Amino acid sequence: MTYLDHAATTPVLPEVLAAMTEQLGRVGNASSLHASGRAARRTAEQARERLAAALGARPSEVLFTGGGTESDNLAVKGISWARREADPQRRRIVTSPIEHHAVLDSVEWLAKHDGAEVTWLPVEPTGRVTPEALRAALGDGSDVALVSVMWANNEIGTVSDLAALAAVAHEVGVPLHTDAVQAVGQVPVDFAASGVDALTLTGHKLGGPMGAGALLLRRDAACMPLLHGGGQERDVRSGTLDVAAIVGLAVAADVAVAGREDRAARLAGLRDRLVAGVVAQVPDAQLNGAPLDDELAGGPGRLPGNAHLSFPGAEGDALLMLLDAREVECSTGSACSAGVARPSHVLLGVGADPDRARSSLRFSLGSTSTEADVDAVLDVIAPVVERARRAGMSRA
Amino acid sequence: MRVLAAMSGGVDSAVAAALAVEAGHDVTGVHLALSPDRQTLRSGARGCCSVEDAHDARRVADELGIPFYVWDLAERFAADVVEDFVAEYAAGRTPNPCLRCNEKIKFSAVLDRARALGFDAVVTGHHARLADGELRRSVDAGKDQSYVLAVLTAEQLAGAVFPLGSMTKERVRELAAERGFAVATKADSHDICFIPDGDTRGFLARKLGEQPGPLVDAATGATVGEHSGTYGFTVGQRRGLGVSVGDQRPRYVLGIEPATRTVTIGTADLAGVREVRTGAPTWTGPAPSLPLRAAVQLRAHAAAVPCSVEASPEGLVIALDQVQRGVAPGQSAVLYAPDAERGDLVLGQGAVLRAG
Ligand SMILES: Cc1ncc(COP(=O)(O)O)c(C=O)c1O
Repeated sequence: MTYLDHAATTPVLPEVLAAMTEQLGRVGNASSLHASGRAARRTAEQARERLAAALGARPSEVLFTGGGTESDNLAVKGISWARREADPQRRRIVTSPIEHHAVLDSVEWLAKHDGAEVTWLPVEPTGRVTPEALRAALGDGSDVALVSVMWANNEIGTVSDLAALAAVAHEVGVPLHTDAVQAVGQVPVDFAASGVDALTLTGHKLGGPMGAGALLLRRDAACMPLLHGGGQERDVRSGTLDVAAIVGLAVAADVAVAGREDRAARLAGLRDRLVAGVVAQVPDAQLNGAPLDDELAGGPGRLPGNAHLSFPGAEGDALLMLLDAREVECSTGSACSAGVARPSHVLLGVGADPDRARSSLRFSLGSTSTEADVDAVLDVIAPVVERARRAGMSRA
Repeated sequence: MRVLAAMSGGVDSAVAAALAVEAGHDVTGVHLALSPDRQTLRSGARGCCSVEDAHDARRVADELGIPFYVWDLAERFAADVVEDFVAEYAAGRTPNPCLRCNEKIKFSAVLDRARALGFDAVVTGHHARLADGELRRSVDAGKDQSYVLAVLTAEQLAGAVFPLGSMTKERVRELAAERGFAVATKADSHDICFIPDGDTRGFLARKLGEQPGPLVDAATGATVGEHSGTYGFTVGQRRGLGVSVGDQRPRYVLGIEPATRTVTIGTADLAGVREVRTGAPTWTGPAPSLPLRAAVQLRAHAAAVPCSVEASPEGLVIALDQVQRGVAPGQSAVLYAPDAERGDLVLGQGAVLRAG
């Protein structure tokens, strides 16, 4: 089996499995006052400190959540509500059309049910949001509740310069949230240095568990809770702490960040060979997103493990199925709950025509990827594309 | 064989897929998303029926350990089945959308794509027997679906597998239960999947608008009532005419003329027909030589009647041994060679043009 879908989820690291298994064997609610509770709390707080250290945050800025989706919802809704409560004028949310659905649908929900207005930021054809575009969209900022721009795109892998964007937002006193789910462990992410006010991350893209994530939230950023209850996480997020999951998340983040530089270099090498090999066999294949060697101020301009390609005349779905039948696992980029393929909103958002959007595949590499995985793709890609082209773009 | 199992989310296609796996085929499951309402497909993850059906199909595929995909055929289905359905009613005919779906979607769009992708055949849960290229009625006479498959050509049938033809529906449910499928007790689906509330007249009224016209009694030529659209009627229909003529004898729809929006009705003695004319026929195998003795079925769930079949310039002339009522233009006249032992053999079909 050739697993090249690490952006969907990546294998749990052995260190994480060991740490979680150990913790799962222990009793104790971190809110309890007795010895078992104190032990659980101590473990959770050590994890909080470890996670904070890995990401340049203070421990008090870490809010544990149930994953990336919850963190995005909490930031977008909670910060917007708090900002609007302080000043009812602030009804506008500034975001990009290529955000993950956890952000997009939250924003659209606020627009539909809660009187928010949305300003869609233009994105460059590579998928990057520029400081100039953000400055133009903000105006004097007085009516803006929040800016949300993802650090790295989950489909095409394009990285934006969040430090520059945060600086622009702060020029007019507007807070900025970023979904860094795909960025953490792949490109340098330092919460304090970036200046962003809120940052989403999730465990299962790092080698940690599913259903465990965090929102890094500056102490001075007001945020209303979505989940009311025991107030465990700074009164912004309630629910008994899942200590084992938190431990897993912290270990994963620490290991992923510590090994980032070596891994990124290795994955970029594999990825470059994959793309070159595919294009050599399918000369009209098109790379989507930023160039492979793209650079930003703080690091690579494209996720090192991301290869996102369009194959004109072939349907992404057909390619996926044919590769799956040959034991190569990848993605069309946009997982949809109903399973019905739609042209990716990300590709449409960067200006690709719908046919190109529907003919794309994402290969995403991660910690366990090897040269053999690249070879496996290169062994089958030409006949697979040829066959998919014979089936055509007929909408089935 | 490498086969593609079309999985609707119902019990029949679930068992058909399971039997294909157990027969040793390399099976891939596919659910056809046919709903024209794209919004329900996506956001409907929170409760729309078609998404629930896709989920049921996926559950079975996962239990069988086979790959599963959803193919979006909404556009093709809207154009080839739904629009055709509306246009046929607008033209005064009575279409059969399941037949059209088999002809244009399942054994055309899907089969073509499957073949292009390297599959040998499409497996479905239809109740009909198919062996050696011969299409026959199901063992379960009450569930037999050969009528809506009769439009398939030999070329299409060569790419079809119907594993359920030699068992009853009851047995299908047993097999589903034995395999632990949650769909074992799922209710049978509606006849017309794109009209979930069953209100065909209301559906057509939304598509075609109010088109009031006269109901005319054939015997007297008198207008005996009003209707809101000829599309609300089918030749042979008795119920729901909304008129009562003086003598209180039941009236049947005899004819529909959309140009003048006239629906003609008459008594039973006028409703009978002895001869049916069809357009160009399709055959499930080599075209038989005509004239021919056969049995003809004139709508879904009707009994077949013995007949003689001859060629005509437009297609076929079918002389019925017994008078029939309710022969509606647009329906298929399906020809069978009766065979009590192996199941009546489907010869082919032609669309009814007129009857008299
Ligand atoms: C960019 C991005 N944001 C949010 C999420 C959602 O995270 P989670 O799966 O933890 O809810 C994902 C992945 O699914 C993602 O790629």
